[in-house]
Amino acid sequence: MPPASSCDTRALIEPTRVHSRLYYDQTIFEQELERIWYRSWVYVGHISEVPNRNDYVTKSIGPMPVLLIHDRTGQITLLLNKCPHRGNQLCAYREGNRSTFTCPYHAWTFSNTGELAGFAYADGYEGVDKSKFSLGRVPRVGIYRGFVFGSLATDGPSLDEYLGGAKASIDQLLDNSPEGELELTAGFLQHRTQANWKFMLENETDGYHPGFVHSSVFQVTDSGIGKLYGPQSTALTRDFGNGHTEFDLRPEWRRLGEPLAWFGATEDRLPGYVKAMKTSYGAERARQIMIDGSPHIMIFPNLFIAEIQMFVLQPLAVNETIQHVTALQFKGAPDFNRRLRQQTMGSVGPAGFLLADDTEMYERNHRGALISDPEWLTLSRGLHRERHDENGYLIGHSTDEVPQRGIWRHYARLMTA
Amino acid sequence: MDQQEILTAAKPAGNGKGNLLERIEQFLFMEARLQDTHAYEEWEALWTDDAIYWVPANGATDPETQMSIIYDNRSRIRVRINQLKTGRHHTQTPRSELARIVSNVELIQQAGNEVDARANVLIFEDNLRGETLWAARNEYRLRMTADGFKLVRKKVSLVNNHRPIFTLSFLV
Repeated sequence: MPPASSCDTRALIEPTRVHSRLYYDQTIFEQELERIWYRSWVYVGHISEVPNRNDYVTKSIGPMPVLLIHDRTGQITLLLNKCPHRGNQLCAYREGNRSTFTCPYHAWTFSNTGELAGFAYADGYEGVDKSKFSLGRVPRVGIYRGFVFGSLATDGPSLDEYLGGAKASIDQLLDNSPEGELELTAGFLQHRTQANWKFMLENETDGYHPGFVHSSVFQVTDSGIGKLYGPQSTALTRDFGNGHTEFDLRPEWRRLGEPLAWFGATEDRLPGYVKAMKTSYGAERARQIMIDGSPHIMIFPNLFIAEIQMFVLQPLAVNETIQHVTALQFKGAPDFNRRLRQQTMGSVGPAGFLLADDTEMYERNHRGALISDPEWLTLSRGLHRERHDENGYLIGHSTDEVPQRGIWRHYARLMTA
Repeated sequence: MDQQEILTAAKPAGNGKGNLLERIEQFLFMEARLQDTHAYEEWEALWTDDAIYWVPANGATDPETQMSIIYDNRSRIRVRINQLKTGRHHTQTPRSELARIVSNVELIQQAGNEVDARANVLIFEDNLRGETLWAARNEYRLRMTADGFKLVRKKVSLVNNHRPIFTLSFLV
């Protein structure tokens, strides 16, 4: 084992295995905050959560709270929730609509664009330049099709470069809306998890576990979904690079060739949605979209789109993570949205049929990491059969650990940069 | 009755005796016992066909438009119970050790053969993760039948349901 003082993660990551220390070491967690969460692009929120001017909602980048604001000038702004005077928490509410924020401690008041509007008892600040006391902000804000990302580094790759191949999956997602847009209106469940965040990151595109972890659900719902995760599956795992990974079920859905089979439905069950899709895209394209369905993609480090729902991973500590989750809601699809909410509520969150068991595994994984022998955890599955797709991305069998190897390659680059 | 029969008996010993509030209390205590002892089938049998089992999130938002922790109709209650009965619902293998206190029982109103009641509940859970304390304000609608009370509606408002909460996989 490397000495405890060593923070060189290079010694802990090999192409097909990773060291348990990566999951429990406090120093490594602090380095992750510095080198990943507070530097790289991180998903923060969606523009549909702040539809009106002066709307705000409290979000986060890692453990740090961030205010996602549709500001008074119409811009999307990410401000830090800290009064520059004494560091007090400026806004204590989760969401609301206001053009200014007043600190409850000494009543300094800020515009929702971040500038200090005024001191209380201003005579005590004679000659002081108010512009020196703006709120902290996330310097780079990037929006891709409504998804708002922030980077606390003043420079670095553009969001466009960062997302790379993952953009195609977001496009595929939005094709499922007759209007090409998402609306996150159903509110979030918050699932507290006593495990390191990377166990979740790795599991989201792990196609090896569902047949075992979720066999109880597949049995009692008489679902054919279990087969998608078996040895005969034609689904693919994919590494898009930059840590973004995918579980691509389209080969299975195309083999079936049935619109809405991906959702366990048929066209006659959702007539309003099917009609709206055909009107928007034309019959042929609408049929292909409804056969292909919605993607299953993990955008590094924290945005997981799982066909019908969306998770945001938030590490609070080396051994504590919050899984925020909501139902995807497609603009212009009320009948579909209702069923998306119902299925999501059954599947995810603290009492969800699927996520209660996933989360049980995360917590057991974390406790396992603390056991000293063996120190190394293996990620070699399917190494002999991974290959490149037509776009040059690494792909593998649905149960192979192509995504996890890709995640660690990207992680190692960020941590040792 | 042996020990197991006593724990899973789906009728209070004094069934039908006492005033209405006392009978409601006896029913709620029995429900609590069935939940604490994982008497899944006996608990499922308490529900009517038109049942709604609701555990809201983020206060008490509209379950028809907003995410809830649980929002089950009768058929989803059955799926929930059936999953527990497979023995492969990993979060309940091994099962949580539970004891709950149901208190502050209030009879709110009676209309025809239905009564509305409220209670506070404090649940101690021990599982592989450790010890967790759950607190909730519950609302019930009970239907009086020849078989005793049945659950028509149960709303469990966890006091911290706007905050991140641990896995809630026992019967709450």
